[in-house]
Formats: sequence, C-alpha cells, structure tokens
Amino acid sequence: MTQSLTRKGNKAVSAETESAFNIHPMDQFVVKPLFGGELAWYSVTNVTLWMGISVVAVIALLVIGTRGRAVVPSRSQSIAEIIYGFVHKMVEDIAGKEGLRYFPYIMTLFMFIVLANLLGLLPKSFTTTSHIAVTATMALAVFVFVTLLGFVKNGTKFLSLFWISSAPLPLRPILALIEIISYFVRPISHSIRLAGNMMAGHAVIKVFAGFAGAMGFGAVFPIVGIMAVYGLEMLVTVIQAYVFTILTCVYLNDALHPAH
Amino acid sequence: MADVSMGPDLIQMGAYIGAGLACTGMGGAAIGVGHVVGNYLSGALRNPSAAAGQTATMFIGIAFSEALGIFSFLVALLLMFAV
Repeated sequence: MTQSLTRKGNKAVSAETESAFNIHPMDQFVVKPLFGGELAWYSVTNVTLWMGISVVAVIALLVIGTRGRAVVPSRSQSIAEIIYGFVHKMVEDIAGKEGLRYFPYIMTLFMFIVLANLLGLLPKSFTTTSHIAVTATMALAVFVFVTLLGFVKNGTKFLSLFWISSAPLPLRPILALIEIISYFVRPISHSIRLAGNMMAGHAVIKVFAGFAGAMGFGAVFPIVGIMAVYGLEMLVTVIQAYVFTILTCVYLNDALHPAH
Repeated sequence: MADVSMGPDLIQMGAYIGAGLACTGMGGAAIGVGHVVGNYLSGALRNPSAAAGQTATMFIGIAFSEALGIFSFLVALLLMFAV
C-alpha cells in the first residue's frame, strides 16, 4: 500500500510544482530494487539494505561495543549498558517480574526500531520504519504473541480482560464490546503511529529543503528551519521507539495479569 | 461510487476534500496530547518527587490519545489511496 502511495504522491506533486518549486517530499520513501530488474517478492531492495544496516548497527553497539567489559566502561560500552538498564527497568516496572522472561524480545524490538529510525535521519538514507508494511509486521507479531501468551498462561480466564467485574452489571456488555473493539484496533494504532510519525517528519524536512532550493540567498531561513526540525526529529525518533516498546510492555502486562 | 456519469474527476475531488476534512481530527488529538502533558506538568510541579515514577504513565496516556488522531489519518489515507 505504501508503495502505491508514494508513486501516486509523486505524480500529483510533480504535475503541480514543475514550474515553481522542485519538491518531491515523498520520493525518499519509494522502494527500489538495488540491482535493477522488476520489483518482486525476492528482490533485494533499499529496504533490505537499510534493515540489514540497522541490524549490523545493533550488533556493533551491543556485542562489539561491550566486548572490553572494562570496570570503567568505554563510551560505547556505557551507552549499551545504559540502554540495557533502561529497557530492563521499563519491562520490570510495567509488566512485573514475570515480564522479565520476555525481556530479550522487547529489547530486540527497541534496539531495532530506535536504530532504524536514527539511521533514517542520515541524508540520502532510507527509513525502513516509515513503511506501514514494516511496522505492521512488528505490531502484528506483538499482537499474536501477546494474545497467544494470554491464553496459554491464563486459559479462558484471559477473557476476563473484556469482562470488567468492577463495573455495574448492566454496563458490562457494552463495556465488553468497547474493550473487544479496542483490543483488535491495537495492532493498527500500534503500527501506524510509528510509520506515520516517521513519514511525516521526514517529509517535513524534505519540504523545507525544497524551499531552500527555491529561495536563493533567502535560503538561510529554511536551513535554520531544517536544523530545528532535525533536532525535533532526533527527539521524535527516540520517543516513538520508546512508545512502541512501552505499549508492548502494557500489552504484555495485560496478557500476564488480565484481571481488571 | 453511486453515479458513474458524474465522472471520476468529481469523485476524486470529493475523496480529496474528505481526506482534508479527516485531517482536522488530528487537531483533536493535538489538544488531547497537550492536555495530558500539561496536567502531568502541573502535577509534577506540585510534587516533583513523585514525577519520575509517572513519566511512563504519561507516555501511555499520550499514546492512547494519539491513537484517535491516527484513526483520522487512517481515514485520510484510505480516502486518498483506497477509495
């Protein structure tokens, strides 16, 4: 869907702005095969490349960075230790002690998303997390995992998540309906939040860059704007990765302790 | 699409207008997020020692109120590219 989105967006933009500006803010999200040829399910694209780079970056930071195991940590070791402690505390605070069994999965999610987001901020790079296909895969994996875990751990008691026993009895069926809807909407909002934030932020930077190209000496103002938006984007990338992970913890907590 | 004789251009115009209108829903999400953070901040300034423990709750609240803005964005996307 995202691919057709960018294609159509390009056409509309280029038709309107050919004369004055030369802004193609959605161009950066087009999926292209790296070695030419038709786009098929097996072709190696720029998405593959940048996902691979983020995985390599995670390994470089967490495995190679902590190889020294010094008592006084080096810079990369202390970054890795801070991130580890941060995510560990988050899982423990929200999902409880039992949630720590699933800490490796949540840590993997956080590291991959935060590095994919940050690498996407490099000029000429590709933001893999700006595609709904990518984020929906992660969100659906979380959704299926959490639902299965809830039924495996609690059996049919997991359904008490939808039957709120603290509410008055006539209200409970209505609340159950609302709870069920909000449960199944989770993967949608979970995935589109990340993809939408990444896509919008990067498109804004591109639009400002287009202004800078069209303004000559006045380009100072859009360039200052780009710097400000870029700083904001650095913040947003980390916060969105944090929000994705913290919601995973909340869903995990629901599966482990379903009683309201 | 009810009446094909209206022409695809008119239908597309309607879809684009609808997409633009759907985006006003995001303003509501902005108000909601501002409300959550503002109340968090006013609570945190009254009792700064309790603030650190509630940051995660604040982010969960932001995420939930932002989700409703995401639905309006989703409606806009569907109108632009799926209808």
